Amino acid sequence: MTYVRPNFRHPESHRNAAGYSIKQYEGALSTLCAGCGHDSISAAIIKSCFDLNLAPHKIAKISGIGCSSKTPTYFLGKAHGFNSVHGRMPSVTTGANMANKDLLYLGVSGDGDSASIGLGQFAHVIRRQLNMVYIVMNNGCYGLTKGQDSATADQGSAGKRGVASVFDSIDLCQMALQLGAGLVARCFSGDKKQLIPIIKAAIKQRGFAFIDVISPCVTFNNTPTSTKGYEWVRDHLEASGTIDFIPDKTEITVDYPPGSSRAVTLHDGSQLHLQKNAQDYDLASRKAAMNRIETVKEKHKILTGLIYHNPDATDTHEKIQTVDTALNALSQDQLCPGSEVLAELNAQLR
Amino acid sequence: MTHIKTLSATNDCVIRFANVNGSGSASANNLFSKAVFRLGVPVSAKNIFPSNIQGLPTWFEVRVNEHGYLGRRGGYDFMVAVNGQTMHKDYQELLPGGYFFYDSSKRLPDSYDRSDIHLIGVPLTDITNSHYSDPRQRQIFKNIIYVGALAYLLDMDFSVFEDSIKTMFAKKTKLIAPNIQALRLGFDYAEEHHRDVCQLNIHRRDLNGDQILMEGNAAAGLGAVYAGATVAGWYPITPLTSVIEAFERYCRAYRVDQKSGRHKFAILQAEDELAAIGMVIGASWNGARAFTATSGPGVSLMSEFLGLAYFAEIPVMLMDIQRTGPSTGMPTRTQQSDLISAAYASHGDTKHVLLFPSNPKECFEMTVTGFDLADRLQTPVILMSDLDLGMNVHQCDPIEWDDNRVYDRGKVLDEQQLNDLSERWGRYLDVDGDGIPYRTIPGTHPEKGAFFTRGSSHDEYAAYTEDGMAYARGMTRLLVKWDTAKTLVPAAEIDSAKADIGVIYYGTSAYSAQEALDQLRRHHSIDAMRIKAFPFGEEVAAFIEQHSIIFLIEQNRDAQMKTLLVNELTIDPNIIISVLNIDGMPITAEFLVTEIQYHLDQLAVHNPDNQQSTGGAA
Repeated sequence: MTYVRPNFRHPESHRNAAGYSIKQYEGALSTLCAGCGHDSISAAIIKSCFDLNLAPHKIAKISGIGCSSKTPTYFLGKAHGFNSVHGRMPSVTTGANMANKDLLYLGVSGDGDSASIGLGQFAHVIRRQLNMVYIVMNNGCYGLTKGQDSATADQGSAGKRGVASVFDSIDLCQMALQLGAGLVARCFSGDKKQLIPIIKAAIKQRGFAFIDVISPCVTFNNTPTSTKGYEWVRDHLEASGTIDFIPDKTEITVDYPPGSSRAVTLHDGSQLHLQKNAQDYDLASRKAAMNRIETVKEKHKILTGLIYHNPDATDTHEKIQTVDTALNALSQDQLCPGSEVLAELNAQLR
Repeated sequence: MTHIKTLSATNDCVIRFANVNGSGSASANNLFSKAVFRLGVPVSAKNIFPSNIQGLPTWFEVRVNEHGYLGRRGGYDFMVAVNGQTMHKDYQELLPGGYFFYDSSKRLPDSYDRSDIHLIGVPLTDITNSHYSDPRQRQIFKNIIYVGALAYLLDMDFSVFEDSIKTMFAKKTKLIAPNIQALRLGFDYAEEHHRDVCQLNIHRRDLNGDQILMEGNAAAGLGAVYAGATVAGWYPITPLTSVIEAFERYCRAYRVDQKSGRHKFAILQAEDELAAIGMVIGASWNGARAFTATSGPGVSLMSEFLGLAYFAEIPVMLMDIQRTGPSTGMPTRTQQSDLISAAYASHGDTKHVLLFPSNPKECFEMTVTGFDLADRLQTPVILMSDLDLGMNVHQCDPIEWDDNRVYDRGKVLDEQQLNDLSERWGRYLDVDGDGIPYRTIPGTHPEKGAFFTRGSSHDEYAAYTEDGMAYARGMTRLLVKWDTAKTLVPAAEIDSAKADIGVIYYGTSAYSAQEALDQLRRHHSIDAMRIKAFPFGEEVAAFIEQHSIIFLIEQNRDAQMKTLLVNELTIDPNIIISVLNIDGMPITAEFLVTEIQYHLDQLAVHNPDNQQSTGGAA
């Protein structure tokens, strides 16, 4: 990690269309280990929000407990953050989202947080299709307690402790698919060219968007025997091709030769352009997505990229039919029935 | 033949219905108790039900009392025994001189050999079978027939039942005639065969004024609507479910946007109690009023989150509808046994505000107050109701609302206030000495007011810190806030004539305590205090100090309120005599009088001259 980050920014440094400089999307200095994959993900979040011209204060960043859950301090310092309870980010985010549908909810969790202690909440927030971006910074181990295996550690994988895991791993992307997530992607923290467009797509997705980011733990799980180390992951990636995120109403400056790519249109009209080798299966088919994950797994490889996208995804508010106004903005007049109706109500109780 | 004692009274009796769960008896029994109420006679009805949907025994106990005593009295004067499984036990439990009403389609076995009670046989099965062919109708009308028989036996005005039936089926008018016919069948049979047998009467009075009959849970759910709650996360558990059902019912009545048909509320059934309170914390953090309701097991599960809300200072409104613990305990029986687990829920040094409602109206009012307190104090507030209050219909004053009442949303800075700040704002900085800092809601201001909420130690500016002094300052400030809470919570209700003896009670013990006090005061001078909240205001300690003996009435084994009092106040624990009921049934006046009288006799307080001969040690 860097202990000193220069405050100086060139006065003419780039501002986005909303008038914000990149600095306005940054947070406090990271206290994670130097080289931690999580810091790359934080950087990708910063860049994504900057590129999308989001108002930083209209974002709520919510996390559980663990190394991953510390990261919201290190990005979007102008946004409210909530470092909640181990494994319980989903419920806190659900409540927050119910209170105010107008913010962007960025949930950050880890593999211990989501695949073990919080597996139930992980499952149910997806089932409800909460409108949020759910990022798991997945390093296969419990970093803050010094490297115990997590439930995403692959069978046979051994970290610094040198003991191979004897249990099968939980594949959070497969679970997310099964539970009804509208967007499912897997990325590698070391591949920001892939990660940034996918984060952007997830932000633009209506309903639940899930990104499992393999993010090596340099201290406890970066050994040659670990399937979550930099070396192993780099050697076993099977990327579904380069992805470009094209915001709506923006002039498309990249030329896509006919037939070389195809576009996935998101809820607000923005598009994801996927290069050719990503075209060979139906992104809107859960069955195809499951198959593809399994097929790549059989080759002992890791499928990355956009795995599944449901263009018709809905969200919790739609399902439970709340009003358009954020519930936290309704006034007492709009909420309290007042004394008038009590006469009738009391009469019914006599 | 010896003379049989005959219970005889007007508007003063206890009738117990012994039924089979799921047999449709509840609506018939409610029809009966509501008829008493509509005759203008005070009534209380308790449903004693099993953890079961169909088949196990269930009882319905109706107390009729024109003095307005609404607690359980103890003892049964009239038994409606229509459950074969429990019939013999029901028979044994009847008071001497009482009336045993049974289905005489079959002869009573020889083991029913008491000579001190009156038998009233009505061939319910035979009557039903000769008038109805559909099995479901037979079951339902059999219940209505016994209600009709009771109307005659207790000399009740039949028109009240007719009117009730008409109201009940206002939307299904074709059911009116057959129901009235069933009532009439029972009435006529009793008139023909049991004329002048029963000396218990229920006669019209005008004692109920504008009072209502309501379940505490319904009142709490309504309170949440009036308090402006928009988000509810919950997990099903007896006996809280009807709180959420009521909240939803009233929301659908009053909170649906006329134009769009969309909802000004969000109710989510959570995956467990942890998620339920997590949702409440998230929603409150984000500026909505949110609540959840649960029972003891749920409070245990919510403990970690309650600690977060306490330490990170997030408003939480939680309703604990207590049931009999520990563990699953007796899940359909009442108790006041979550005081300690709720008051000090969570690890580390934590304490939470508790409110103790005694009747449905207070469930409504304390819910509204609870939301205000949670917002003002930025901390969890727990409404300590119980199964008896929550799930039974209670007679109480009508629900009222003052249209001038404005929600107290506490210290929340809006955009303008953030702009106007002249000094650096600190989320956990106490600027005015009440221990309560100012908070901000996400999305309020583009540049100011954002902070990081965390359950880890933080300084006055919400920054993570492991500086022990900063941590200690925060924890000490929370005690200042606790002191502020003492001045804001509802004060204890004190009824004092400067006697030596004091009685303390809270929650649903109030009904029986008031009745017991009336009896005891015929011979003793006794003061009384009803505690309404925790932390305790100054008046609570003062009351205890003013008395040499305190009887503390509770419905738990370990004297949990005593523990709180002794722990939080500097009082002499030796002056407190606990009067505890733990059988899962609402405490009775009879029990209280017996217990307290026993102790008074032991202490000979009632007659100081005897003190020497009877000894004074407790």
